[in-house]
Amino acid sequence: MKKFITKIDDMLVDSLNGFATAHADLVNLHLDPHFITRKNKSANKVAVISGGGSGHEPLHSGYIGYGMLDAACPGHVFTSPTPDQMLAAAEAVHADKGILFIVKNYAGDVMNFEMAAEMLPFEHATVLTSDDVAVTNSTYTTGRRGVAGTMIVEKCIGSLAETGASLQACKALGDKVNSRTASMGVALTSCTVPAAGRPTFDIDDNELEMGVGIHGEPGRRREAMREADVIVKDLVAAILEDLESVHLKAFDINSGETSEALLMINGFGATPLMELYLLYNLAAKLFNQHGLQISRSLVGNYTTALDMAGASITICLLDDEIKQHWDSPVHTSALRWGR
Amino acid sequence: MQTDFILNAAKAIQQAIVANENALESLDRAIGDGDHYLNMKRGANAIIDIQPALATLTPDAALQQIGLKLLSTIGGASGPLLASFFMSMAKTIKENGDDSISKIAASFAAGVEAIRQRGKADLGEKTMLDVLIPVSNQFVLLAAQHCDSKLICATLIDTAEQGMLATKDLIATKGRAAGLGERAIGHIDPGAKSCQLMIVAVCKLV
Repeated sequence: MKKFITKIDDMLVDSLNGFATAHADLVNLHLDPHFITRKNKSANKVAVISGGGSGHEPLHSGYIGYGMLDAACPGHVFTSPTPDQMLAAAEAVHADKGILFIVKNYAGDVMNFEMAAEMLPFEHATVLTSDDVAVTNSTYTTGRRGVAGTMIVEKCIGSLAETGASLQACKALGDKVNSRTASMGVALTSCTVPAAGRPTFDIDDNELEMGVGIHGEPGRRREAMREADVIVKDLVAAILEDLESVHLKAFDINSGETSEALLMINGFGATPLMELYLLYNLAAKLFNQHGLQISRSLVGNYTTALDMAGASITICLLDDEIKQHWDSPVHTSALRWGR
Repeated sequence: MQTDFILNAAKAIQQAIVANENALESLDRAIGDGDHYLNMKRGANAIIDIQPALATLTPDAALQQIGLKLLSTIGGASGPLLASFFMSMAKTIKENGDDSISKIAASFAAGVEAIRQRGKADLGEKTMLDVLIPVSNQFVLLAAQHCDSKLICATLIDTAEQGMLATKDLIATKGRAAGLGERAIGHIDPGAKSCQLMIVAVCKLV
């Protein structure tokens, strides 16, 4: 393992300190328990809080700021944060309109946020994100994982919360965006948790992992490495199959319903932008052929898995409300437009 | 049950976890995300750190503090699950006492039930419950039959091992390995393994 480390036990705090200093205009860092809050938060709004294991940067701390999150709780690498962090963050940012937790659907995250919610002295609600189509939703599983699409949910909820909307309205929008968002990822390499010191899984030079999760947890299939157009075809097919099963109308061109969509190509940390744009080109063409009009795009490293090479494709089916909240001004360290 | 026993158990558990670093890490790398050993070690060490404070407490208060400490230290799924176990065990002992093996068995069973509810999982889903539920059932049964504590512990060690080994042939339907489908078959669940290690460590003290 070759990584920039001073002392392995201090790595998270060292990184958080760097983040807070670099973006001192936007955030405040609190330690023991660790959480990051937004500077200059408007009063009288729903407090939007997210959190998760570290190693997915810029998720979630990079999305703290105007029009998005009020606080984020970073856990250890790939490990959910703990209820004391969430309670302290809620205490710091609540503003009489309730607390909204945005939680990626992983067992650990769900349980820690659940225990925090049970202890919370404020009105609260939780939006669970579950955009990963690689894991089949069934009564026998904990359900689909929350991956790169989480950021789209955070953007839209944050935008609505900024208008002073109610907790119920923010939750409803979050649930709607999540239900219209589908992602699928592919890994070309594993990733190395610093404290573990070696790659999480073994993968040969001529192999890829289809449906990989954002912690490097194996997906559904190990396959032979192929040309990018063949890989993208499989990812797009999986996403379309899922969207068609849930939102048939979105693809019925004759119905007159809009089939506008946001397409995000998300890098996992070690894949260059050059390749991500190559993937975008392939994916956008395929979605177009299937009747989806890509009217919003995002290409870059938005939800990473440490140093994993690979990428995920996310589609969010837009309607006027989602478009409005996606386009609205945002000012965070990782996403900024309109102000 | 004395607070001293709880402190010795915490020490034995910490030693068992650290001694099995390679086993736990390789199991979690196979079907998880490689952080299980680190989380368990962090939790076990945190309890060792607060031993002086725990030593002044009654057994139920010590168990409650252990639960709270694990809740704020471990994170992941293991944190809330293990915390729920100790906090529920503490509550049961506080209400019913711990002056008989049956009462201790009942508090253990309450702890396992708390894990089952928090994790919304059950037997046969390739999780720590595949060790804990059979051990809990066996513990309650043997305690009701007024078995000798040494015999109970010897039996529980066997039960824990069988439960742990049985996870090898299961498809995971809960927990981080649930996305793997049939690919999880052939691998022991790391959570089941660490629970088995903890149960063996504690039983050997009796």
